[in-house]
Amino acid sequence: MSVLDVRSVSKSFGAIRALSEVSFTVAAGEVVGLMGDNGAGKSTMVKLIAGNFPPSDGEIAVDGEVCHFHKPIEARGAGIEVVYQDLALADNLTAAQNVFLGREMKKGLWPFRVLDKQAMINRSAKLFAELKSETRPRDLVKKMSGGQRQAVAIARTRLSNAKLVLMDEPTAAISVRQVAEVLELIRRLKSQSVSVMLISHRMPDVFAVCDRIIVMRRGSKVADKATENTSPEEITGLITGAIRDA
Amino acid sequence: MTHSQTDTLKEGHASIGDVVGIREQTAFQKMVASQAFWVGIALFVLVVFMTWLEPSFGTVDNTTNITRNFAPIAIMGLGMTVVLITGGIDLSVGSVMGLVAIVAGLLLTWHQPWYVAFGAGLLAGMACGAFNGFFVAYIGMPSFVVTLGMLSIARSAAVVLSGNQMLYQFGPDAPIVKAIGQAKWPRHTPDGWVPHWIPELSSHFWVMVILALIVGFVFIFTAWARHLFAIGGNEHAARLTGVPVDRVKFQAYVFSAFTASIASLLLLGYSGSAINAMGTGYELRVIAGTVIGGANLMGGYGTAFGAVIGSAFLEVIRNALLMAGIDSNWQGAFVGAFIILAVLLGMQTSGKSLMETLASMFAWKRG
Repeated sequence: MSVLDVRSVSKSFGAIRALSEVSFTVAAGEVVGLMGDNGAGKSTMVKLIAGNFPPSDGEIAVDGEVCHFHKPIEARGAGIEVVYQDLALADNLTAAQNVFLGREMKKGLWPFRVLDKQAMINRSAKLFAELKSETRPRDLVKKMSGGQRQAVAIARTRLSNAKLVLMDEPTAAISVRQVAEVLELIRRLKSQSVSVMLISHRMPDVFAVCDRIIVMRRGSKVADKATENTSPEEITGLITGAIRDA
Repeated sequence: MTHSQTDTLKEGHASIGDVVGIREQTAFQKMVASQAFWVGIALFVLVVFMTWLEPSFGTVDNTTNITRNFAPIAIMGLGMTVVLITGGIDLSVGSVMGLVAIVAGLLLTWHQPWYVAFGAGLLAGMACGAFNGFFVAYIGMPSFVVTLGMLSIARSAAVVLSGNQMLYQFGPDAPIVKAIGQAKWPRHTPDGWVPHWIPELSSHFWVMVILALIVGFVFIFTAWARHLFAIGGNEHAARLTGVPVDRVKFQAYVFSAFTASIASLLLLGYSGSAINAMGTGYELRVIAGTVIGGANLMGGYGTAFGAVIGSAFLEVIRNALLMAGIDSNWQGAFVGAFIILAVLLGMQTSGKSLMETLASMFAWKRG
């Protein structure tokens, strides 16, 4: 059964139709690339799945159950985690503090319920080790490299054992070395049978990690192909519209 | 292609920590890096220097005075720190003091018991805080504007309620009110255990100590404070990760008004009278004290210790200038200079240190 099932979803903002009749599925442990030019509807799609707003038409099912998300918290509850493009990290906090932000571990009885700092540090260290990332729980995020920051954002998604992780342009603004690090993090997620949806502009990154590539153009899905059956040239053609659909 | 990337990655992985070269901070390094620590050192040096220079400075009586004078500022500084951490500012604390004093004073002149008067004063103050918090957190207005409005509203309300009169004919509970504001511990009694070199510390001071300990505990050990810092660091991120941003911000303004109310009631008790001008201009002293203590006006950084030490530093400077016989009109210039100096030094905590900045300026001039 597929982890995510998007069934003929449309979304309109007033007179503007951002998405029309988009359907696709994501299986467990599958890495799916979502590609398209600016304004193709990628971000709207991500926001729909992440629960920022409900679709105008159609439905989204997680593990076969139809969900109606109105807030990101509800999507998270269903096992969908998002790594935002800006990573949503507080620079003045440490890695462990960021991982547990909004769901801190506590101990003791009210009114003396205090943070269980050691447990959070240990758990974060374990998550970073699982991701094979050289990130230390007590380091301030402000002082970290782009790759380490990605690791913190991704570790956050591992906290709740998410089924599906949406990654919005994770490799857009980082160095070549750090891109390799992030791609390895995605492979780690896959090896733990977590599904990943990678939204990216960067063709080499998508071809390096994705099992399947979905191309969107002007609000519609124009292609949904296994990576081995396509080529960067074909995908480029599909994105720009040189190839109508496949 | 996939394989070659994996290979480079494995090599890259092992060394990335060494390349970046970040070390985990030890407790000692953290302390040395904090502005409050250095202000504490400066305060200590200043006190030692003044005691040596001016015998009347280091006396037990002067210590009693100084600790009582800065305590209300430090108490409000704790509330202000909470608001500053969220990236906001509370300009209304001085006016809230005036309103609280008049509300409590009126009830006392109407022969109400002291606890009713104090309770009503606290409620009035916290209502102002709730007003601020509502418009900042839930409506999304800039805190500067909302609290500037409240600065005007609360002062005006205090003047109207008091009929522009000083209130001092308190009812039967007047002695209790005075006792609260003027209490000291430990007392110097002829047959007591307290040696005379220990200063008698005012109730204001002790309230400040207790509040500072509570706020310090909250800052270090609770999720609420963690959320405060996260909001100041990246409000959008805090919202996305499920932090109840609006509620926490609202509570921050209510707490700030609460500390202003406590300070007001202590001063009311100390003077035994209520005037609607109480606390005029205090907001700037409070903000100056917290900023000198290392709180960041941009949000995301501040400590309870910093709020106390910064306020203490300002008061000691003021007192020292008086003792040294310098024209009191110069006080403003000194205080202003220290605010600028403190923020200049505080730039160390946000990225580049002052020394680095100076070094790079120098290098630029040469090259």
